[in-house]
Amino acid sequence: MTRAWHLLGWVYLALAFGFILLPVGVLVLFSFQDGRLPVPPFRGPSLRWYADVLADRRLMAGLGNSLLVASVSATVALGLGFLAAVGLARHRLPGAALLRLVLIAPMTVSYLIIALGLLSLYNRAGVGLSLWTAGVGHVVINLPLCFAILYAAMGPHLRAAERAARDLGAGEAAVLWHVTAPMLAPALLAAWFLAFTFSWDEFIIAFLLTRFDVTLPVEIWSLLRSGISPRANAIGSLVFLVSVVVVMVVQLVALRRTRR
Amino acid sequence: MSPKAGTRQGWGFVAPALLWTAAFFVAPFALMVWLSLSRLEGRTVVPGPGLDNYIRFFTEPSLLRGLVVSLEITAVVTVVSVALAYPLAAIIAFRVPRRWQRVVLVLAILPFWTSYVVRSYAWLLVLGQGGAVNAALMGLGITEAPLQLSATRFATVTGFVHFFVMLLTLTIYANLVQLSPNYARAAADLGAGRVATFVHVILPLTLPGVVTGAFLTFVLCMGDYITPQILGGNRELTLPQLIMMQLGRRGDFPMASAMAVILMAVVSLAYLACARWLRVERI
Repeated sequence: MTRAWHLLGWVYLALAFGFILLPVGVLVLFSFQDGRLPVPPFRGPSLRWYADVLADRRLMAGLGNSLLVASVSATVALGLGFLAAVGLARHRLPGAALLRLVLIAPMTVSYLIIALGLLSLYNRAGVGLSLWTAGVGHVVINLPLCFAILYAAMGPHLRAAERAARDLGAGEAAVLWHVTAPMLAPALLAAWFLAFTFSWDEFIIAFLLTRFDVTLPVEIWSLLRSGISPRANAIGSLVFLVSVVVVMVVQLVALRRTRR
Repeated sequence: MSPKAGTRQGWGFVAPALLWTAAFFVAPFALMVWLSLSRLEGRTVVPGPGLDNYIRFFTEPSLLRGLVVSLEITAVVTVVSVALAYPLAAIIAFRVPRRWQRVVLVLAILPFWTSYVVRSYAWLLVLGQGGAVNAALMGLGITEAPLQLSATRFATVTGFVHFFVMLLTLTIYANLVQLSPNYARAAADLGAGRVATFVHVILPLTLPGVVTGAFLTFVLCMGDYITPQILGGNRELTLPQLIMMQLGRRGDFPMASAMAVILMAVVSLAYLACARWLRVERI
């Protein structure tokens, strides 16, 4: 009975992994297809679709735009979230619970609604759509994330170290730069990279809030309109690779912290 | 530092984030609510306040149907995802040796990090007419002709379930490993079998985590545009698809805003329904 039970567990694990990894496996496998359609039977492997994608000026422009928007919006979100977390962790502010709630609120709202609201605002204010109007939206969705991660990482030991630095004559900026930020380095890095991936992968805000220069997910979206093709597989696999590398970095950073 | 100066400094730190949230989240939201009470006549927005859009939404079957479709899909997806993710999380937490758990977990949620668009496209490849599933079915001689799997509700649900099984496995696993093994041991000492221990001890203790994950599933699934748009075909449309249609075809911002407010209201109702178990700070 127990043995059958054990076996059943491993079978379930294998099936679940099959289900979870199947689409990504198919995506990556048929990016190497030596033919016009990314469906069985598999012929190849060939790198022609990767060469094709890397030579595509629009996709590469989208890639550059995505890197730019993701890094700038992650940095802004991290800066704002860091300051807010410092303010709320260090000082007793009236209505602190409400403040935290307001800062976290965008996390519980659909991206579609955030995008629609911003689009209405831009229309009313006469702001033309660009990469930066989408970047503003990405900061809105990533600010709560950065704030929550950093706020959770600020324990009493941090406050004690800050007080010691202040007693030794350090100014406020020096305390933040030489004590707070280095002690929070793993959390800061993890938050930045997470915010980066969220912006990098985000579609609907970028779709509604950009016009002429667009990000990579939007470019891929228009590529998909013409049906399935190994080109979409190749660029999709590249996008996936970037996210996986970023996540691995976060994992390593987090792992180092737990080992310490 | 005097307490007053300290408070002032604290506000100084919080102010930039607060201003950003006010300008680019609260203000747009308020504008959207105000727009939803206006009307579109021809190409101009006639300021309200009036409930025209809301009345139209609930009286026009094609629009109301979107809400029903969204709710049906979301309900199925939430139930199926929890049912599939719980055993997976439990196996990883209790069967897999400790030092391998982290690796297994990272692998189990690897596709989580593909972008929404790419993930849905990958399912299109798997489920399409000449796709991997149909090729396997015909290769094994189970079916003669390819099955219509893509451009159906089944495809939309599969795409969603795939994503949310990963998300829920993560949240439920986090819950299970926090449990002290003493609970199960005590139950066994008191004569409870494997099933009784699970039903009366483990499940109630992990319920908050399950409900939090299920709520997150509900919110994200209700609001998603991509998965049904790529996988669902055009025979039935979800609420987010209808919202995008209002924007695209006529530029009807008032109607789109009203539908967004309705979407928010549904999510808020779901929040109230499970607020007892929810701890938002854990999300």
